[in-house]
Amino acid sequence: MAPKLPPQHSLQHSSSAVAGGQSQEGQSHYPHAAQPKGLMRWLLTTNHKEIGSLYLIFSLTMFFVGGIFALVVRAELFQPGLQLVEPEFFNQMTTMHGLIMVFAAVMPAFTGLANWMIPLQIGAPDMALPRLNNFSFWLLPVAFTLLLSTLFMPGGGPNFGWTFYAPLSTTYAPASTTFFILALHMAGISSILGAINIIATILNMRAPGMRMMDMPLFVWTWLITAFLLIAVMPVLAGVITMMLMDINFGTSFFDAAGGGDPVLFQHLFWFFGHPEVYIMILPAFGIVSAIIPTFARKPLFGYASMVYATGAIALLSFLVWAHHMFIVGLPLTAELFFMYSTMLIAVPTGVKVFNWVTTLFRGSISFEPPMLFALAFVVLFTIGGFSGLMLAIAPADFQYHDTYFVVAHFHYVLVPGAIFAIMAGVYYWLPKWTGHYPNERLAQCHFWCSIIGVNLTFFPMHFAGLAGMPRRIPDYALQFADFNLLSSIGAFFFGASQLLFVLVVVLCVRGGQKAPAKAWEGAVDLEWSVPSPAPLHTFETPPVFHRAQSHD
Amino acid sequence: MAADGSQQAGVRRTVIRSVAALLGMFAFAFALVPLYDVFCQVTGLNGKVDTTAKAIIHEEVDQSRFITVQFITRGSAGLPWQMSVETRQMRVHPGQTAEVDFTFTNNSHQESWGRAVPSVSPSSATTHLRKVSCFCFQEQQLQGDERLTIPLVFQLAKDLPEEISTITLVYTLYPVQRIALNPLNNNNAAGDKI
Repeated sequence: MAPKLPPQHSLQHSSSAVAGGQSQEGQSHYPHAAQPKGLMRWLLTTNHKEIGSLYLIFSLTMFFVGGIFALVVRAELFQPGLQLVEPEFFNQMTTMHGLIMVFAAVMPAFTGLANWMIPLQIGAPDMALPRLNNFSFWLLPVAFTLLLSTLFMPGGGPNFGWTFYAPLSTTYAPASTTFFILALHMAGISSILGAINIIATILNMRAPGMRMMDMPLFVWTWLITAFLLIAVMPVLAGVITMMLMDINFGTSFFDAAGGGDPVLFQHLFWFFGHPEVYIMILPAFGIVSAIIPTFARKPLFGYASMVYATGAIALLSFLVWAHHMFIVGLPLTAELFFMYSTMLIAVPTGVKVFNWVTTLFRGSISFEPPMLFALAFVVLFTIGGFSGLMLAIAPADFQYHDTYFVVAHFHYVLVPGAIFAIMAGVYYWLPKWTGHYPNERLAQCHFWCSIIGVNLTFFPMHFAGLAGMPRRIPDYALQFADFNLLSSIGAFFFGASQLLFVLVVVLCVRGGQKAPAKAWEGAVDLEWSVPSPAPLHTFETPPVFHRAQSHD
Repeated sequence: MAADGSQQAGVRRTVIRSVAALLGMFAFAFALVPLYDVFCQVTGLNGKVDTTAKAIIHEEVDQSRFITVQFITRGSAGLPWQMSVETRQMRVHPGQTAEVDFTFTNNSHQESWGRAVPSVSPSSATTHLRKVSCFCFQEQQLQGDERLTIPLVFQLAKDLPEEISTITLVYTLYPVQRIALNPLNNNNAAGDKI
């Protein structure tokens, strides 16, 4: 297929590396008036590719910070008894691990991919609101520096779990909780502004001729995710504002003594929290839906049903929140309603898994690193989905609630789910970003280490949980010792193998096998029509979109 | 990179709508607080009881069945009070008005404020429990070492569902931080102590 190119910029790839990762070099090759240099260039950039890179580098950094917190937890749980850290510090580690991974690693990684790829996939020159884009990003380092600084404050950082249930997070909270609230407000504002920008870009800046149903699925899933963000991040902001007032201004939203209700906190939190879960997985569906057809060399099976399934999951996500609260004493009708509505989500999710598998059927499959991660995603995410179905059964949940079974479930959907999809996306688009293929041998090694590490870490947790081990406790009964030993070994192995990922990315930025514009044989979307590496400015003249490469 | 006019107008329209949705959802989060209370009170879910006194309805007492009413009192970490009830359980007919004495004891030498927050189980009984007079409607003030006995007067409505044979009333004591923002308020609250 002849690439439909915008005016070509003569960009020669230079092998000088910009510290930190997959950034755009070649600035000097592109004559541009009064472009700031050095640090100011990154502080002031409004370019979607540079901001995308900043998001991704930030997310990768936070992935390691959150990972180190997880390793502190796993080290303490290596054997029964209290060895390494105080229980108070253990609680701060579990809390911070969750907060950092959710709000600073997974969400910014998807936003980074969106910044990089959405304008390229819809043929837009940049995001709709480039300066707002810059602001959204730079809120994040501020927010999470503040959040991490609470660990050094008197009384320690947040220690009430990432779900920050009142009254643990109000009446019994450490003094630093007000800073935690401010940090979360800033992260929330960043997500909301990012979401507005993405919606404005997708709805208004598609290449001429590209209908909504021609958009790649990554764009579709992100559009729906952005709507979810706009719907629920304000609810999170409301909840933490109520906490702030309960703590500092004597209100009693969540305080029974003043007529409030702690259970209200859980309802409000999970009204945000459950759509948040889908915010972290829908873009992953989009990435996998781009990669599987590419490496199976077949068009995606059931494009339209994928779009509708994504929409259905998003709508249903507002009707299931109380399945996190089966044991707070809901009336029977509510237990039944939330049980059945939760199980209903398995239907659109099943549609997606079916479509991926059917795309693979009789495909001409090759197993490059992005495809390996995407296939692992399909298998392991489905395992996480099944344990989710088990948890959806209200009477069974009475036993599973707050055990390691829950921990195993949500790590299966988040680590080999969301994070594997992010890594698949990075391997898939690295040739476009850097102009080089990632080192095949190292990337394969990273994949196999990751998949062994993930399963070794999280699979035994199912058994520990079914046997009754509670989560968020620094010590445990002797019968759980073997499972925890395996989990801890797996966690350190998984953590160490992620250093390989950094190595692959850094090597790829510095050099490697040159990639053509269309880096993967089976790739069809618009981003493959611009040169590799993608020049700083692309699609300044909108490309002509040919329906031949569309999905239907 | 200059977007043409119609595109800019489109972006502006999208942003305005998004921000409106955003503000709407933020307001909705706060609106959920009263909505939740109303929902719980109408349905009686969560054992939330109406916190206003009800008049006694003179209806025929249903002699055909007895309901066991149990009382549980719980203290609070932040309040040096003890709360006790004259009887742990009593049997009443639906429609019958009953009275039971609760005793509050302040074990410290300082005066303090507290509040007993009620909860009813099973929650389907909540709307059928009519409290004629209850200490739980107000905050209490106890002087140092004071001991105070207050009756609870209640009536079970005759239309109490057949399958309910036992109702449990739980009272949990909570300390009340009185911020002297408005001395007038303080006086009022002290004045209408039962």
